[in-house]
Amino acid sequence: MSQLRALDLVRSYGRTPALRGVTLDVDEGEILAVTGPSGCGKSTLLHCLAGILRPDAGQVLWRGERLDTWSEAARSKLRRTEFGVLFQFGQLVAELTAAENVALPLLLAGTGRREARETAVTWLHRFGVAELADVRPGEMSGGQQQRCATARALVTSPRVLFADEPTGALDSLTGEEVLTTLVRVAREQRTSIVLVTHEPRIAAYADREVTLRDGTVDHTGLGLDAPLIGGDR
Amino acid sequence: MPHVLLGLLATGDKHGYELKRAHDERLPQARPLAFGQVYATLNRLQRDGLVVPTGQERDGGPERTTYALTDDGRVALDRWLTEVEPPFPYVASTLLAKVAVALLVADVDRARACLAAQRQAHTARLRELTALKHAPSATLDDIVAVDFAIAHLDADLRWLQTTLSRVADWHREVWHEPATGS
Ligand SMILES: Nc1ncnc2c1ncn2[C@@H]1O[C@H](COP(=O)(O)OP(=O)(O)O)[C@@H](O)[C@H]1O
Ligand SMILES: [Mg+2]
Repeated sequence: MSQLRALDLVRSYGRTPALRGVTLDVDEGEILAVTGPSGCGKSTLLHCLAGILRPDAGQVLWRGERLDTWSEAARSKLRRTEFGVLFQFGQLVAELTAAENVALPLLLAGTGRREARETAVTWLHRFGVAELADVRPGEMSGGQQQRCATARALVTSPRVLFADEPTGALDSLTGEEVLTTLVRVAREQRTSIVLVTHEPRIAAYADREVTLRDGTVDHTGLGLDAPLIGGDR
Repeated sequence: MPHVLLGLLATGDKHGYELKRAHDERLPQARPLAFGQVYATLNRLQRDGLVVPTGQERDGGPERTTYALTDDGRVALDRWLTEVEPPFPYVASTLLAKVAVALLVADVDRARACLAAQRQAHTARLRELTALKHAPSATLDDIVAVDFAIAHLDADLRWLQTTLSRVADWHREVWHEPATGS
């Protein structure tokens, strides 16, 4: 079932068109790669889907509802509960330890302090960085920070994770480890992933790939629906 | 291939069948060796004094000749390991040739279709290999070999993508047409 849908999305920045009519579906539990050259509109699309940006025209439908017309407060609540966001880097709060960073979305959702910390540490453990629970981002490597950020993006068990070049700043082995865990966890809890990447190697982890070109969907080269790692589709 | 056999013999004497098995085990993603190939190579290595037959083995089945590495064989193996492989000096790709010819005999759309179809085939293979690599049964032998294939497919895909963006300009240059809209 399509739980998230973009219908004919149009978005410009001033005179620069970024999206010129993009339509796509994200099914429940599906990992969808969004690929294409730099500047083709991938990040803009992801921000519109996640309710961070409002499109100029077109619709974003979340379980059939017009997400793009919701108030900022309603969209931001959705991002705290049903959605998770993961960027290339620079998203951890510098003043907080790893455990505090990962616990943050839970605290915002009203979970008690002790329970939030315990859950956070479990998630750090899943990503192989439990020993960093009381360390601040400034004392971690890029790979360690990204593992923590990924744990934080998944800690609320969101229904959709929006990941914008999540391994773009990592060396290939570290990137692969982060991505492998991310994909495994997403499959376990049936979280959909919108995975923005310009790397074919990374897109190969998805169930399906949509390529953008100049703000529109490029239809040459579609039709790839092979089940991938841990995929049961 | 001859040097791979020398390497396998360096770990102990073997007959042809054992060599084939050891090869397929160490290089799981390579094309499996054919027996004929193994015996032909062993004959050549023996003629060059790099291996010697050390005896006949027969346990129930057919007679099998066991081979050992000679001192010369060890030197040849060591030399091979020390030599750095030269990066490919020529761009020798059927794919590249095909696209270049498509531009000559057909039009931009044909060349683009050619690239797009290839991109699809490469992507499908890349996905297969990615799944294979992450299968619970994958050993490090498999992973290292698959990584090699993945890196090359990834490079090809980047080239396909870039070339798709260049096809129109390339066609204009091949046909000496003036650029439009600039
Ligand atoms: N904040 C912004 N202000 C102005 N132009 C922008 C902004 N963000 C993106 N753009 C432009 O919009 C287009 C699409 O950008 P983006 O969605 O970031 O593409 P991608 O993520 O595929 O690289 C590009 O031309 C880019 O320069
Ligand atoms: Mg981007």
